[in-house]
Order: sequence, then C-alpha cells, then structure tokens
Amino acid sequence: MAQITLIEAVTQALAYEMQHDQSVVVLGEDVGVNGGVFRATQGLQKKFGELRVLDTPLDETTIAGVTVGMAAQGMKPVAEAQFEGFIYPMMEQIACHAARLRNRTRGRLTVPAVFRAPWGGGIRAPEHHSEANEHLFTNIPGLRVVMPSSPARAYGLLLAAIRDPDPVMFFEPKRIYRQYKEEVPDDGEALPLDVCFVLRDGTDVTLVTWGAQVKECLETADALAEEGISAEVIDVATLTPLDFDTIAESVSKTGRCVIVHEAPKTAGFGAEIAARLAEECLYDLLAPVQRVTGYDTHIPLFRQEMKYLPSVERISAAVHKTLAVS
Amino acid sequence: MSIAATFEIQYLQYLDPEGKQVRDDLPAFAEDTEHMVELYKLMVSTRVFDAKSVALQRTGKLGTYASCLGHEAAHVGIGSAMAAEDVLAPSYREYGAQLYRGVQPREVYTYWGGDERGNDYQNEPARHDFPWSVPIATQCLHAAGSALAFKIREEKRVAVCTIGDGGSSKGDFYGAINIAGAQKLPLVAVIVNNQWAISVPRHIQTGAETLAQKGIAAGIPTIQVDGNDIIAVRKAMGDALERARNGEGPSVIEAVTYRLGDHTTADDARRYRGEDEVKDAWTKDPVVRLRAWLEAKGVWNEEKEEAWKAECDEWMDNEVNAYLENKAQPTSAIFDYTFAEMPEDLARQREQAIELDRQ
Repeated sequence: MAQITLIEAVTQALAYEMQHDQSVVVLGEDVGVNGGVFRATQGLQKKFGELRVLDTPLDETTIAGVTVGMAAQGMKPVAEAQFEGFIYPMMEQIACHAARLRNRTRGRLTVPAVFRAPWGGGIRAPEHHSEANEHLFTNIPGLRVVMPSSPARAYGLLLAAIRDPDPVMFFEPKRIYRQYKEEVPDDGEALPLDVCFVLRDGTDVTLVTWGAQVKECLETADALAEEGISAEVIDVATLTPLDFDTIAESVSKTGRCVIVHEAPKTAGFGAEIAARLAEECLYDLLAPVQRVTGYDTHIPLFRQEMKYLPSVERISAAVHKTLAVS
Repeated sequence: MSIAATFEIQYLQYLDPEGKQVRDDLPAFAEDTEHMVELYKLMVSTRVFDAKSVALQRTGKLGTYASCLGHEAAHVGIGSAMAAEDVLAPSYREYGAQLYRGVQPREVYTYWGGDERGNDYQNEPARHDFPWSVPIATQCLHAAGSALAFKIREEKRVAVCTIGDGGSSKGDFYGAINIAGAQKLPLVAVIVNNQWAISVPRHIQTGAETLAQKGIAAGIPTIQVDGNDIIAVRKAMGDALERARNGEGPSVIEAVTYRLGDHTTADDARRYRGEDEVKDAWTKDPVVRLRAWLEAKGVWNEEKEEAWKAECDEWMDNEVNAYLENKAQPTSAIFDYTFAEMPEDLARQREQAIELDRQ
C-alpha cells in the first residue's frame, strides 16, 4: 500500500468519491488542467472531464454562489478557495445561503456542499496567502468547520464532509500538506464529523488544538515526556458542531488545559473552548486555562511569520505555567 | 483607429401605453386570445393579492412587505414563459411569476408574516424553485449553479433569475452571466428595471445607457423590452428559454417598468421622488394596457372584469384566513432545520428554550 501525504490524501478522497458518486463535482480556480496550485486536484480533470472538474472564472463570489445553486439542485459540489485569505468574497454566499437554506426553507432545499481552502501560515507565502480565520465560520449556524491534521484524517474527514447533507468548511493546513507520509487505504471509509481525536494519552495536562498546530503539540508532548510530564493531545478536527464531551472528559482527568491555535487570540475558537471549560469544568480545573495562539495582529510577512505561529517553546512555557499552580 | 467591437441593443414592444398594437408580427401565443385572457387574469389577481398584502401590513397582520405594484406584466410574463421543469431564483417581489408557478398567496403572507414556512412552497413546480433572495443579486449565482447542474446532468431545463436595476450593479449578477457565457449555461437573467433601488434612481446606479448592455460584457444575447407590455416580456423570455433549452447558452433581458408603490411598506417614496413622475408612470400601467387591447379584441369587458375581481377577492380572503388561522411554529422549530441531524450541543440549547417556553 502506498504511503501518501496529506495533500495526496485530499486528492485520493476526491477521486474516490467522484468515482462512486456521479453528483460530486469539483470547481474552483486552476483546479482543472493545472490540478490546483497545490495539486490537490491533480489528474482529476483528465479522469472525470472538464464539467465535473471545472475551471471557474476568477471570482470567489461566483464559485461560492454557483456551488450553492448546484447543491440546492441535487449536486454535491466541492468548491476550492485557492487560499483561505481569498475566502472573504465567499462569505455572503456561505453565511446567507449555504448555511441557511435548509433553515429558511424548512428543509425543502439543502446545500450538501464542501468549501475547501488551504489554510494557515508557515510556507513563506506572499501577503494574503497565510490567513487562519476558522473562527469567522465557527460562529455561523448551520455550518460544519473541519480541519484535518494527518493524511489519514484528511482522507476520512473529506469523504465525510462530501457525504454530509449540510455545508462543510474544510480547511487544509497547508504547512503540513507534505510534512510526512502515511499509509492511507483507499477504501472509502469516512471518519466521523462529530468527534475530537485523542492523539496521545496523558495525565498531567491536556493540549487542545487543530490543524497544523497538532504537529507542535505532539512535539511538545514528546519534550515534556522527557521531563516526566504526561500530556494528553486532542485534535479537535471538527470545530463546529463541537464534541465538547471529549475535551471535558480529558480536562476533568488532567485538571489542566492549554489551547493552541494559529488564529489571533481575541475571539478565536480557543476562547469558545475556554469558556465552555469555565462553564462546565471549573471545579475540575487545577490551574487557569492557558491559550497559545497567534497574536492579535495580522500575520506578519514571511520573514517574521514563525515568530507569530505557536511554537514548541511557547506551548511548553504555557504548560509549565499551568503546572506551577499547585 | 480601427474598431475592435460594436454593439447595439434592440428594444421590443408590441403594445403601447394605450394598448394599441405597434407591430403586426404578433407571436403565436399572443394570437391565442384565450391564453392572453388567462395571463390578464393572473395580472389582475396579482394586483388584488398585492393590495391585500399591503392592507394586511397596514392593519398589523403582516410584517414589512415588498409590493409588486406596477410589475405585473414583467412578472407574469416571466413566470408564464417558463416550463414546469425550469427553476426560478427570484428576488423578493416576483409574486406574479411565482403565483403562476404554484406559490400560494398564503405562503407569501406566511413569509412576510415572520414565519419560515412561507418559503416551504408546497405546490409543484414552485417546490423546486428557490425562495426569495433578500441579499441583493445573490440569487443570480444560484440560478447559474442550477444551470450548471442541468448542463452536467444533460437535462433540458433552464434556470431563470430575476433582479432589479440596483441588483445589476452587484458582482453576483455579473459573475452569474459571466460564468454562464463562458460555459454556455442554460440561464436567463432578467433585470426588472423599475427605475428605483429604494431611493436611488436608475441614472446614478450606472453610467451605462441601458442595463441590457451589461450582457454584452458577458458575450451573450441581450435585449431591452417594454416591461409593462406582457407580450414583449413573454416573447423575449420565450426566445431566451428556447435558446437555452437548445444548448445555445444564456441571455439577458432588461424589462423596463416602474415601481408604482414604495420600496416596501417600511418605505415612503415621497421622500425622494416627485408626484409628477409617479403620475406619468401610472399612464403606462401594464394592467390597463392589456385590458384595453383585450377589450378592443372583444374578449374582455367590464362585466368580466368585475366578476373576476370578485373571484380574486374571494380567493385572497380564503388565503388570508388560512394564513391567519395558522398558529406560530413551536419553539423547537427554531432549532430543527439548522442541520439534517441535530448536534448534541444544539439539542441541549433546544431543550433549554423549550423549557423556558413552558415556564
């Protein structure tokens, strides 16, 4: 069985579902002949034709609006925003229509669509190519916000996203697109969209994260282990609707929690998790919840971007801060 | 300098404001006077329906309502030209088209009465149509997407969107006709130019001489018609739908009409437009015009008019009663259509809200 990267897992999932479901189509800028600027749709147009793998005009509003229309009339479109920093023109169509059509028609029309976007920083990209703004979508009712952090989870979660009867934002952490390879059987097995994944068991502190920061959190856990500190690592994976129970169970066990995300701190999705912990797990906490996040600034251009992104050092310092409280 | 491209915009009109025929080449559907009487009757019932809606709002039985007064020819022309299997993506005042496609007045009242069930059209073919789109021009892309779905599935169906003159300024409109032109999609985009986008007049909406010419930029056939002349609207629609159905791609139609009422019941148009202009617009009333033509043909008269209006009144009274008798949805309905399957967190919020309601 072939070992594949996260981005190859995206391609594999798209190809599998297009092969097995004629209503699945892919659309976006450069997704056809070019196979996407990151090659997520590599080879798909050759296999499935120019209409099912459609190069759209260069207009994100068009991509999003056409996606809503197709989905409402029985297709399962997978739209690509070339970079998450380009997704803003799509927001009216996503918030006012994709996420809302089921509700406003009492279920008569629905939008079973996926909006994919390469997400986050850390690849020395130009301005507007490194945004992390998942929190702008987690506050929109009727949307699922999903972020994979490994090849296997990219495959399984994308299949689930395409099959889901409601719209799904699928943010792909492009920093780890080619970070490592793993075996991902092309068996069409989807992963659940309503659970957080506990990637590492621990007893002293819970690290809660998603997307590319899963990498730093696992590395931090390794480093902490050498100090005799046992960290549990949770990949939230589906931010909304949130499987808070898994997080609560872990934090109630460890008594300490550090939330790590790349987006700015204020009103980031970490704030939601911290608030839920305060509401529901306060008496199990041994120390105040910590957040390690991007700063409340725009992500700097690439000469400085690594200073902005949560690092093993910053995460580790936050863990020690929680441990300092006895 | 040489010329890179030239264009002209054709204008179509069959009936002048007095209802006199200005062309001899009547389309086949207009030769069928029985059919024309049917269209006229729907224009009248649309007007009766509209007046009833405004009255309901004025007496506190409806929320804000967007009137269609003056648009009857444009709207009925659009709806009556479409085939059942086609899809309509309307903006928020295309009742004439929607009633033709099976939307019930009680559903319109329900929607403007603050109840989502008004968007859950029960009758075919409206059942697969889009509900009113409030964010301006966004529905154009839903129609383009529907057209793309039809093309991929090789179905001989056409998607129709309607927008106003203001809507034609939005990127969504241009995006829709642009991708439709590039992919030869079965789309008909109708600009119902009623001269006013709330308080902003047509002449400061765009520097373009016509709104129809925006179709030129998308590389697709486009025409301007007298939107108060149902024969012209219906003919242009029929031609555009036929081309689309035959795989010849999209079209733009600009139907020039006038918003005789306020933007909505929350608006007072006297704040920004003169009485003379409105008075002049009333002389081009689409209903009066078709009636004059039908009466000259001897197929309509005062007696029939009164009888039909009485029938419409009775119909609308029934619809109003059905609307008023319909109780509000239960609290649970706030939550039940957010996702196909209720997430656990949302289920908890739902229980809380139901519990609060019980107290």
